Amino acid sequence: MSQIAQPAEERKGISQRFPRLPRILHAVFVYGVLILASLFILLPVGWMLTAALKPDTAPVFTFPPEWLPTQYWHWQTFRDAFFQQEFIRYTANSAFLVVMTVTGVVLSSSLIAFPFARLQFRGKNVLFTLVLATMLLPVDVLLIPQFLLFYEIGWYGTYYPLWVPSFTGEAFFIFLIRQYMRSIPIELDEAARVDGAGYWTIYWRIIMPLCVPVLTVTAVFQFLATWNDFLGPLIYLDDPEKFTVALALAAMVQRVGTEWNEVMAANLIFIIPVLVIYFFAQDKLIGGIANVGLKG
Amino acid sequence: MSMPSQQLGDQAKPPVRPRRSVAAMKEERAAFLFLTPWFAGLLLFLVIPLGYAVYISMTDRRLISGARTHFIGLDNYVYMFTKDGLFYHSLYITAKWLVLTTPLFLAAGLVISLFLNQKYFGMNVFRTILYIPAVVSGVAVAVLWLQLLNPEQGAVNYLLIKLGVDNPPFWLADPTWAMPAVILMQLWTVGGYAIIYLAGLQNIPPHLYEAASIDGARAWEKFRYITLPMLSPTIFFLALNAVIDALLFFGPLFVLTVGRGVGGLGGPENSLLFYMVYLYDVAFGGQGFMGYGTALAMILVIIGVVLVFILMKLERRFVFYESEQ
Repeated sequence: MSQIAQPAEERKGISQRFPRLPRILHAVFVYGVLILASLFILLPVGWMLTAALKPDTAPVFTFPPEWLPTQYWHWQTFRDAFFQQEFIRYTANSAFLVVMTVTGVVLSSSLIAFPFARLQFRGKNVLFTLVLATMLLPVDVLLIPQFLLFYEIGWYGTYYPLWVPSFTGEAFFIFLIRQYMRSIPIELDEAARVDGAGYWTIYWRIIMPLCVPVLTVTAVFQFLATWNDFLGPLIYLDDPEKFTVALALAAMVQRVGTEWNEVMAANLIFIIPVLVIYFFAQDKLIGGIANVGLKG
Repeated sequence: MSMPSQQLGDQAKPPVRPRRSVAAMKEERAAFLFLTPWFAGLLLFLVIPLGYAVYISMTDRRLISGARTHFIGLDNYVYMFTKDGLFYHSLYITAKWLVLTTPLFLAAGLVISLFLNQKYFGMNVFRTILYIPAVVSGVAVAVLWLQLLNPEQGAVNYLLIKLGVDNPPFWLADPTWAMPAVILMQLWTVGGYAIIYLAGLQNIPPHLYEAASIDGARAWEKFRYITLPMLSPTIFFLALNAVIDALLFFGPLFVLTVGRGVGGLGGPENSLLFYMVYLYDVAFGGQGFMGYGTALAMILVIIGVVLVFILMKLERRFVFYESEQ
């Protein structure tokens, strides 16, 4: 015992005269690295905000760069991005798709998760394995055949291809909600059955209210997925009036002679809703992501 | 459960039968009713498109007016493997990206998570900040970095000049530097990896470290013999994701290249012609080669399955699960 403990004992001896020094150095090192990493994240954001707050007359990007707005506070750029560049319309378009897909995914995924979590039926295990298998299949590979099918029924140029599929459930969320539903005591269902409740009542009146936390996580994830989606709107929407924020932004960047202060303002309009949701839901969000990682 | 409704005659049947009571059948019917949307989705958005894809990939289907579709068997695949240099080039670019970035992002994420895992005041603030780029759309990140990497006015080259680099690269305009530019951009979002590592780190039972300390293990030894093995499932999960993300990488590349006047989609000298970019260009880039694009997608599925299979094999060799102890 004493033999093993010796090295630790020795090391203690070195710092005997400055007992707190290693601890302080360690803290300085940890904070130093994390502050540098945070600057790497935040400075570009500040740089973008500085550019967005400039009037058209000022050079948007300067050398040396300005990391924080000091000289100009020209909020008019945001108004121009909203009204002249019509980002108010694109925001409304994206918001519409968010409302539809979030509603669709929350309703359908919970509906599908319910029997997997709480009911007995033949083929349950096989079907649930199928849910997990579809989770692994990258759906982007079905892009072209799906596109052609939607094209043939006349849905090209409409929003339908972008939200109708969300009403048929999303494998990842089915899995997430099913895990959560399984943790609710089954006695609740049994008691409700004794009181004469049907399965729909059990699902809608008992299980759903108890699932609010996991449904919130689902809604936040789906909000991010829809709001940030680019490829879907890119291939299905052709009318600029129907563009989402992501698509309009990409189109704006390509335009020759774009005012970059307005691009940066538009980019912030695109990012800020995401950040707001993120700050409010970050514990749940990170918890959800972490669980996925651990399950892997 | 007693079944008062059972008739005398039922007793003659095998004992298994009566278990499927009326109630159980009702439950099963309800279950399938609840599953209806899933079955519908499976059929409409998965099975039918998949079958359709197999067929389209064997046609010369194009999405331009007046084009007629012919069944051409395996011609698309034959052309792809024998004549299409861009197909091989896009595979090369994707593979190069995977080899260059997977170890880099896995390591960078791990290092950041080790710092975030220290027990100091205010760590959740750093966690919040570092994760920001991972929730923001790749398109937004690309719009921002497009200007940060601007050779003349960008902040990146300003810092390089400050650091004493005389001729900083032209980044996205230079075939040699286009991919490093994208790597730098993606490094900005590496907090996404760190958060998942962090969850893995916080799941390691503290008693393992305590036991090692008693045995006199040094920090490096604890990392090598406790942290790394305990994190191996997380590393595997992240590697799997990195492979799938690389195969599907598209949105940011579109923003960085299209309309930039430096080679269009695919970047200067096609140095950013990732597989999905090529696929998009073939199918939706004006020519509308739907048949050939679908054939490319089928090969993408096969590549994805093979890579995942290889990773799973590696998992069995290198990944340590606690339950195996």
